[in-house]
Amino acid sequence: MIAHAVFFYIFSFIAIVSAIMVTAARNTVHSVFFLILDFISISCLFIMIGAEFLGMIMLIVYVGAVAVLFLFVVMMLNVAQQKNQWFGSIKSSSHIPIGLLISLIIFVELLIVVGGWKYKPDLLNSSNIIISQTTSNTHSLGNVLYTDYIHLFQISGMILLVAMIGAIVLTFRERAGLKRQSYIKQISRERKDGVQVVDVPNNKGVKIDV
Amino acid sequence: MNSFSTLFNEVYKILFLLIPVLVTVALIVWLDRRVWAFVQKRKGPNVVGPFGLLQSLADALKYIFKEIIIPASSNKVIFILAPIITMTLALVAWAVIPFSEKLVLANINVGILYLFAVSSLGVYGIIMGGWASNSKYPFLGAIRSAAQMVSYEVSIGVIIINVLLCVGSLNLNDIVLAQQNMWFILPLFPMFVIFFISALAETNRPPFDLPEAEAELVAGYQTEYSGMMYAMFWLGEYANILLMCAMGAILFLGGWLPPIDNDFFSSVPSPFWLIFKILLLFILFALVKAIVPRYRYDQLMKLGWKIFLPFSLIWVVLTAGYLLYFNLLPVQ
Repeated sequence: MIAHAVFFYIFSFIAIVSAIMVTAARNTVHSVFFLILDFISISCLFIMIGAEFLGMIMLIVYVGAVAVLFLFVVMMLNVAQQKNQWFGSIKSSSHIPIGLLISLIIFVELLIVVGGWKYKPDLLNSSNIIISQTTSNTHSLGNVLYTDYIHLFQISGMILLVAMIGAIVLTFRERAGLKRQSYIKQISRERKDGVQVVDVPNNKGVKIDV
Repeated sequence: MNSFSTLFNEVYKILFLLIPVLVTVALIVWLDRRVWAFVQKRKGPNVVGPFGLLQSLADALKYIFKEIIIPASSNKVIFILAPIITMTLALVAWAVIPFSEKLVLANINVGILYLFAVSSLGVYGIIMGGWASNSKYPFLGAIRSAAQMVSYEVSIGVIIINVLLCVGSLNLNDIVLAQQNMWFILPLFPMFVIFFISALAETNRPPFDLPEAEAELVAGYQTEYSGMMYAMFWLGEYANILLMCAMGAILFLGGWLPPIDNDFFSSVPSPFWLIFKILLLFILFALVKAIVPRYRYDQLMKLGWKIFLPFSLIWVVLTAGYLLYFNLLPVQ
């Protein structure tokens, strides 16, 4: 039990410190690395409370895919320079109200969650999730997700799909003069399409239409 | 005192797993070069030790005694961290590989997800190395490999879903035991082929070794590394290849199960079968390296997103439909 507590404090300490460092680090790439560390320690905490499925999905989706794309964008766009300009100039104040508003909303949401749980502790039992030692939480999660909440689950999937298609449509632009490789065209090419045998009269030459 | 002995026991078990893995990695480098040479009618490393078996040891000694050069303009912490992360992640994943029904370090419920997660984290070693070097070629190599590994992970994930549909559990031992009657390579053969090719791309092996394409990028993300740090990248890479082979063996070739369930084959200890299958897959990896030319980058992306992903998704629908129609879905 003591070991459990020790590990809990280690992971939560790392999570909180790295969350602070995400905002405090001057170098944007370092911020993203701290964000990744934060994700990893949070998923360790998930595993510690026995939600190993959530922890692993967190690792795969957020650390393995989302954060890689983050890193990609941050490295390519040279955001570090912009950030330093914000820090250095007086204009930086224009970003602070929006940031404060968003953090206030998140804080209120957290209050509602914690308050609801304190106000009505049997909220957890109202769902159909089977929480026991024998069933793995992958099974119990799947049992609820694909029966009671199937419509919500499907709708959230559709929203993500629409968002993805929207992003592609918005950023897609047809460039002129682009040469594309077409496998079908290459494979279906025959001898008569490529080779032409001509008799060349001496000292006169031939005209070949290209 | 009791907890101390438990700790000691666990450390002993971990060392008992990791030291053979490291030795195997060294030997596998030798095997890779030998197979490569064999295909090209060369002799390959055959001087140091019997059949050149100690070649990797000699190379490792050379790397250890070389100077580690850290570029002045690099980001030093991340530069040093990158090979360590690559190596650690490659070794950490071996914790869940089952060598027999009992012989597994951590028999966790979500074993296959753990393997998938650790292999998807492998990209960080490369990105960090490429970015921290603060130079053009490593950065280009890192960007390329990040895109490549993320793309091929998607199709590997879908292939894993195919296998899991037939098993009904995320536990690696359950996956092996579900293949007692028939290995999954038979009903899911196309998936095995796609898994094999995706594994090549995921581990940056030829023909998909674009991150370190010598002709255009010098050595990709490894350009600025020297000495022991380069050796760690190299060890991590080969440990990752072995891990992918182990994953293929567990998902499709029946893991530690003997090929035919008779007295003779069953009398051979089951870890032997897993190692045998891993080696078999590795020799395939080595052969591919010797006989196939490198892909172009746009062809690589086209293959991953436009061919493998739709095909494996369609196969998920087919597998699920088949299992549902014939009432074969594994229900617990």
